Amino acid sequence: MMKNDYRARNHPAWWAFLVHRLSGLALSVFLPFHFWALGQAFQGEARLDTLLRWTEQPLVKFAETMLVLLLAAHLTGGLRLLALEFLPWRGWQKTLLAWAAGAAFAAGLAFALAL
Amino acid sequence: MDLLQVSVWRGAASGGYRDYEVPRQESQSVLDVVTYIQRSIDPTLSYRFACRVGMCGACAMTVNGVARWTCRTHVTKVAQDNAIQIAPLANLPVVKDLVTDMREFFDKWARARGRFAPGATRKEPFARVASNSPERVAANAGIECIGCGVCYASCDVVSWNQDYLGPAALNRAWTLVNDVRDTAQRERLAAVAGDAGCHACHTHLACSERCPKQIEPTASIAGLKRAVAIAALKGEL
Amino acid sequence: MSGAAQSYASEPAATNAGARIETWLWIAQRASAAVLALCVLVHLITIIYAVRHGLTGAAILARTRGNGVGLGFYALYVLAIAVHAPIGLRSLCQEWLGWRRASLDWFVGGLALALFAFGLRAGWAVFSS
Repeated sequence: MMKNDYRARNHPAWWAFLVHRLSGLALSVFLPFHFWALGQAFQGEARLDTLLRWTEQPLVKFAETMLVLLLAAHLTGGLRLLALEFLPWRGWQKTLLAWAAGAAFAAGLAFALAL
Repeated sequence: MDLLQVSVWRGAASGGYRDYEVPRQESQSVLDVVTYIQRSIDPTLSYRFACRVGMCGACAMTVNGVARWTCRTHVTKVAQDNAIQIAPLANLPVVKDLVTDMREFFDKWARARGRFAPGATRKEPFARVASNSPERVAANAGIECIGCGVCYASCDVVSWNQDYLGPAALNRAWTLVNDVRDTAQRERLAAVAGDAGCHACHTHLACSERCPKQIEPTASIAGLKRAVAIAALKGEL
Repeated sequence: MSGAAQSYASEPAATNAGARIETWLWIAQRASAAVLALCVLVHLITIIYAVRHGLTGAAILARTRGNGVGLGFYALYVLAIAVHAPIGLRSLCQEWLGWRRASLDWFVGGLALALFAFGLRAGWAVFSS
């Protein structure tokens, strides 16, 4: 049986699916580290400060910006999915995707510029 | 005369692409190309077609990686560097060359309870269904499906999950969920729920993108998701 | 056609129980998504605000310490995550790893409990320190 390759998949909604699934996966992997870091508060303010200073490194800051972008992308992609599944729709999905991508990018930018 | 370079899948489960040269015409469909090869170059090439005017869906094949009706695909629209690649539809067993075994496609249609279950007899008056009622509008949006298989061939979930009923079967089920005369609603909702059914759809929208009749199976499947959820919440699933 | 004809079942294969479970998982996934939409929005705004106004351990803990409303919000957030993420990962494992056995459900269930417990612990850490 023949299988589809990239030529069949190069359309906006497919990319939206891939971004949504991969961002979800990345966030799931990140979460345990996040919970661990917050849990360091048990060791007091100083411990948290040490951690925060560690995050000042450029590579970590970059990773953080990526994470915020992924979170924003997953959120806006998810809102798009909720709209697709619950609201009557015809043909404006692509516009919705564009708005979702824009909003995600904006959130990531806001975070990056705040640094 | 310009010669189109055509690469065609020959064989069944195992096989390979064979190259042919076809004279290019000004107005030429991919089906014309396949027909030329079979009549003038290689009579052993197997393929399906019927109406050749975009009504029956029998000529659906994979052209440059995308499932399409070959009779409605102009060569100028798909040729890249004067070349095209033609293969059988994806996600279906290959019988020979460009012909696929579509039994699984239609069996899934039946598994999704895609057939009307009547309740009235000849003694009752005709059912009166307002054509602008929400249910009828929803049903009408999907009933033009002719079972060509393009959506099924385009769906990645079909590739990843061999039990997945697929966009066409689920679309048909949705048109019947919206048929107020039908009497098998409960069984149908049970048949389309689950990870072989509507819940496996991840809205890739390939089906809606590719349907030659501009039907949007994704919307129908979303409708099924809602209907099934409501039934579950009511304890009726 | 070569060989013996394969027979494809035309009768519905899914059991009602299986259909019901998947339906409830779908409902839980969308409901938790709606909750998360609000929580993540609040969280994103909070992150951006915090980064703009300078971030120290003291500043964070000053806001979270003894903050009952914050803890309540956080607990809801963690609960929604513990429902949402494992169900999503389950689909991924089934489709991309071909993992469809009962062991997947155990793994996913364990993940949900772990996320919930570990998440609540973190929330308690910033509330009580």
